[in-house]
Amino acid sequence: MDVLTDNFALYGEGFLGTLRLTLYSSLLALVVGVVMAGLRVAPVAALRWIGTAWVTVLRNTPLTLLFFAMLLGLPRFGVALPFELFAVLALGCYTSAFICEAVRSGITTVPVGQGEAARSLGMTFGQTLGTVVLPQAFRTVIPPVGSTLIALAKNSAIAGSFSVVELLSTYKTLNENGYSVIWAFVWIAVGYLLLTLAISAVFNLLEKRWGVAR
Amino acid sequence: MRPRRQPAPPAPLRAARATAVVCCALALLAAGCGRSGSPPPRGPQPGSLPHYRVDRGFSLPSSPSWKQAKSRGHLVIGAKEDQPGTGEKNPANGSYSGFDIEISRMLAASLGFDPYRQVEFKAIASANRETSLQNGQVDFYVGTYTINPGRKKLVGFAGPYYMAGQRLLVRTDERRIEGPQSLAGRKVCSAVGSTPLQRLQDEYPKAEAVAYDSYAICVDNLLNDQVDAVTTDDTILLGYAAKDPSQLHVVGKAFSEEPYGIGVPKKETALARALDRALLQRERNGDWKRAYDATLGLSGEPAPQPPPLDRSARELAEES
Repeated sequence: MDVLTDNFALYGEGFLGTLRLTLYSSLLALVVGVVMAGLRVAPVAALRWIGTAWVTVLRNTPLTLLFFAMLLGLPRFGVALPFELFAVLALGCYTSAFICEAVRSGITTVPVGQGEAARSLGMTFGQTLGTVVLPQAFRTVIPPVGSTLIALAKNSAIAGSFSVVELLSTYKTLNENGYSVIWAFVWIAVGYLLLTLAISAVFNLLEKRWGVAR
Repeated sequence: MRPRRQPAPPAPLRAARATAVVCCALALLAAGCGRSGSPPPRGPQPGSLPHYRVDRGFSLPSSPSWKQAKSRGHLVIGAKEDQPGTGEKNPANGSYSGFDIEISRMLAASLGFDPYRQVEFKAIASANRETSLQNGQVDFYVGTYTINPGRKKLVGFAGPYYMAGQRLLVRTDERRIEGPQSLAGRKVCSAVGSTPLQRLQDEYPKAEAVAYDSYAICVDNLLNDQVDAVTTDDTILLGYAAKDPSQLHVVGKAFSEEPYGIGVPKKETALARALDRALLQRERNGDWKRAYDATLGLSGEPAPQPPPLDRSARELAEES
């Protein structure tokens, strides 16, 4: 217990770091993911290729490798951004590939007739997607997107190895200062649980409110 | 790869360089981390290492760890595997080298084990040191392990066998960094959560701290001009400087004291005393200095006096 009370500031700082990373990366991942899902079902072949390439590259690259490439690779070419921004970019882009596929699976659950009806009324592709297909797709993708964001919260731990303040790496400081590693980890786990359970709760609410009743 | 330092090459060369940069980027993606700035493998050459006389008649029945090691036929010693100069594992053949490894070998010889055939080194990560001693994964631990009050609550210590101190590793063309006072606004790298990093942040807040998982990444960043200095215990820094003396050197006076001890399980006071006695004897007969000269001494720094042991001579003389 005194591991927590003695080091509350350190834990708090780490928790806020993880919270910030999760929040910003989630927003980035959701925006990019939905855009990429739109591209993947676009009527223009070139746009579909961009979407497919994005998903193929990012979904099949280990996240740690992506971090290495962003944080150690980019500065060699003169791109020097704050570490936290790099981490948000790496996490957000990586997760966007999974969000994209979840949203695309939602899009395919919307009956083809819906899109055809919208097009026959003279709607553009953008209008069809934005006002007819995506609102219906959104209702079915709530659970998989929730899981992906929970995975994102836990993946943010990798950023701790690259000069970003986050929750997991606090154990290194605590261990160095002679605290028992086991209790340090227990409180870190509690911190992650707080965060992931909060995400679960939000998505439960969304599902109750918007989810498809079958 | 340090384009910043060189004048702009003519156009065809520039194109060639662009290709090289693209190739490097691909290699970077493939290997995870660019090694283009890495020093060539050098360091302590086996063969020049000292030989330690084995104390065949040694017996320590009051130590469960020693008895277990004797019946097992070999000692299991915890070590670092990624620190040139102090404890490094050769990935090609699995052999260990460094000052801490030599200390382990001379102590093993004093405990009655053949330092080459009856010693098994086990790489233990820093976060795992206390746990591995508590549950008997290793008999004792030798690996840049600073004795401090928090750790003394969890494990026992013998030694110290070396007094390290925090210093700075910089590029040889660096003129402005002479010590921790001249770090304002400069990027200084150390390992995540380590004591040197905490000290840097607390006592020299004007320096911009950068924290990576390992010192190897810090040194790579230093060679690529991404950071201006690397700070940690001088033993580790001297190891890197010894590998690449034309590009790296250690500057300034030490601004901390890190007494390196030998970690033993908390209940093993008999083993700790035996290790202290062995250490004292090896310091007196010159083995300690020979071990230093063959490892850390390669960086050009002369051997210091070994620090006095924590246990008094009277305490050591008492039979356990």
